[in-house]
Amino acid sequence: MLLHTVNKSPFNNSTLESCLQMSKDGSGILFIEDGVYGAITGSKVAAAVEAAVKSKKIYALGPDLKARGIGDRVIDGVEVVDYAGFVDLATEFDGIEAWL
Amino acid sequence: MSTGVTKKFLFVNRKAPHGTIYALESLEVVLISAAFEQDASMVFTDDGVFQIIKGQDTSEIETKNFSSTYKALGDFEITKLYVDTDSLAERGLTADDLMPLTYEDEDDDYAEKPSIRLINRAEIADLMEDQDVVLSF
Repeated sequence: MLLHTVNKSPFNNSTLESCLQMSKDGSGILFIEDGVYGAITGSKVAAAVEAAVKSKKIYALGPDLKARGIGDRVIDGVEVVDYAGFVDLATEFDGIEAWL
Repeated sequence: MSTGVTKKFLFVNRKAPHGTIYALESLEVVLISAAFEQDASMVFTDDGVFQIIKGQDTSEIETKNFSSTYKALGDFEITKLYVDTDSLAERGLTADDLMPLTYEDEDDDYAEKPSIRLINRAEIADLMEDQDVVLSF
């Protein structure tokens, strides 16, 4: 299974939507950089992410959430990881697809 | 002291703050316009609303945390910060999630007043028409 990374805001770019559609159940999706906005509760993309956490492993990079002031409003089921956790994920999955 | 022509400038901020350099560059140019005593306003729409939300802490990504600079805008007489309510709602945000940005009104015994003005997209269209110069970031 792949670990997908998404680094673009879902509000001005279709990367998250495409990634959700082109990733298999059981794969990992890690939000980094502006991608972490996809983890925010109550947004217009929140329903898609809430649906995804039921079949995929969704992660968000804590330092990027903190920088953007949204660390305390992450969707339930999205796991927050630090840089060491990012490295662990990179080794646990079979490969990485970095969506740009 | 006024040494030249004063024009109405509108800075349109549509990008999230830390993933690209746009937000910081906009802030720099706004402050330069203030130094030249121009009538500058800012509008925050689309992902630009993320620029002024509370509690940003960039210590762990090791970039400059320029969010506090927005609090100084009032001291440079940048007192018109328009925020698109539709963009807030799409992102699960409300006005309460924004930093309390204020200025002291020298025409009203230096009373502290809010710089943030909530508007909708039709009003932003009117605002753009009312400018001499519109700069987009």
